[in-house]
Amino acid sequence: MPREQDARTTAEAVARRSYGKLVAFLAARTGDVAAAEDALSEAFAAALTDWPAREIPASPEAWLMAVARRRMIDAARRRRSGQDAAGHLRLMAEELEAVDASRSDISDDRLALMFACAHPSIDPGIRAPLILQTILGFDAATIASAFLMSPATMGQRLVRAKNKIRQAGIPFRVPERADLRERLDSVLEAIYAAFAEGWSDPAGTEFKRRNLAEEGIWLGRLVTSLLPDEPEALGLLALMLHAEARRGARRNARGEYVPLADQDPALWNAELIEEAEALLYRASTMGVIGRFQLEAAVQSAHVVRRRTGASDWVAIERLYDALAAITGSPVVAINRAIASQTSAAR
Amino acid sequence: MKYLLLIYGNEAAMQSATKSDVEQMHAAYGAYSEALQKAGVIVGGERLRPSASGTTVRVADGKTKVLDGPYAETKEQLGGFYMIEVPDLDAALSWAARCPGASHGVMEVRPVWPM
Repeated sequence: MPREQDARTTAEAVARRSYGKLVAFLAARTGDVAAAEDALSEAFAAALTDWPAREIPASPEAWLMAVARRRMIDAARRRRSGQDAAGHLRLMAEELEAVDASRSDISDDRLALMFACAHPSIDPGIRAPLILQTILGFDAATIASAFLMSPATMGQRLVRAKNKIRQAGIPFRVPERADLRERLDSVLEAIYAAFAEGWSDPAGTEFKRRNLAEEGIWLGRLVTSLLPDEPEALGLLALMLHAEARRGARRNARGEYVPLADQDPALWNAELIEEAEALLYRASTMGVIGRFQLEAAVQSAHVVRRRTGASDWVAIERLYDALAAITGSPVVAINRAIASQTSAAR
Repeated sequence: MKYLLLIYGNEAAMQSATKSDVEQMHAAYGAYSEALQKAGVIVGGERLRPSASGTTVRVADGKTKVLDGPYAETKEQLGGFYMIEVPDLDAALSWAARCPGASHGVMEVRPVWPM
């Protein structure tokens, strides 16, 4: 049936574009991420039966929000009469009812939701999966396969983390200036972890993982669009774009790994590199250096080879020094030693 | 939301503290309690006697068993608590960080289960 097909296509398009926004909006007003997700999936299910029968609403996003909001209020009322009766459930229903359902401009609380997911009181290992699920709507099984964990374990850990957000009263809010940088670092680290999972597939062939790298970049773009003046957010996006730009050069025709030094610069994606360089330049004008900017700068010093024929090893050595001072990571020390040897040999 | 701020510290170190250290500590807690009061967030709070003064009680098979000492032997002991009412965890955490106990030992922040 073409009408059914239309409804499905529209619902899928809205899901891709607005899922995280709708979850964030509902969760920020109730503190309950799991209930927001449940209500929203019920709303999507309702759309698939309602839209073909009537017609696709003028604003599908507002329609879904209205239905999900209703479901959440009903669920809260049901629970209120049960054992989990609490004042905040009533408050939550009131808060949701105060939302004007006819309004089509749904405020964007995705950043607030990401800060809740990457709150210091949430286990660091579950922050990236939590962001992937709540902002992008990935199911536990998909996330589990990317993070090499059993679906049951991943599902449990996600449930626990959402309970923690609700029970501990973790706020859905972009932190105050004084805490912003530190908290933002955990958000950026979680995004980078999601992106890095997309790279951990050695053959570079698993679609799911590759998809995760793209989603990491998507999240990076989201953060920089919502916080355009944060140099580390720009640095992270630049770093991810640099890595992505060289994806096509990482494997030869036989599928074997090609080290950076042996890669053919002609296979690098010039457009992504230009974008990364522009982001890094913008970050550098803000005068606050950080881990992601330095790592992106290392990438940048490597890819100058496409113009000059050689990487800037002196710069790379210095950048690793700065990185070592910030992170104290032994991996950085090893990379620095390699850079220093290579630079001496040339 | 209501949060219990549990203050854990090393009792042995506290007992060997000098008189001026103790006076300083009292002054710091006095100032902290006053700040909580001024902000209107305090619900209650007490200092506890050392853990050796504690007794555990449990009922098994209808019989009450009373044992000497605290529930758990740990390197740091529960020395006191504050109950505060604030909007969210971030507010509770920032009050916990301001408590003198956070600089001498460790604070645990627990949300109260609303009934």
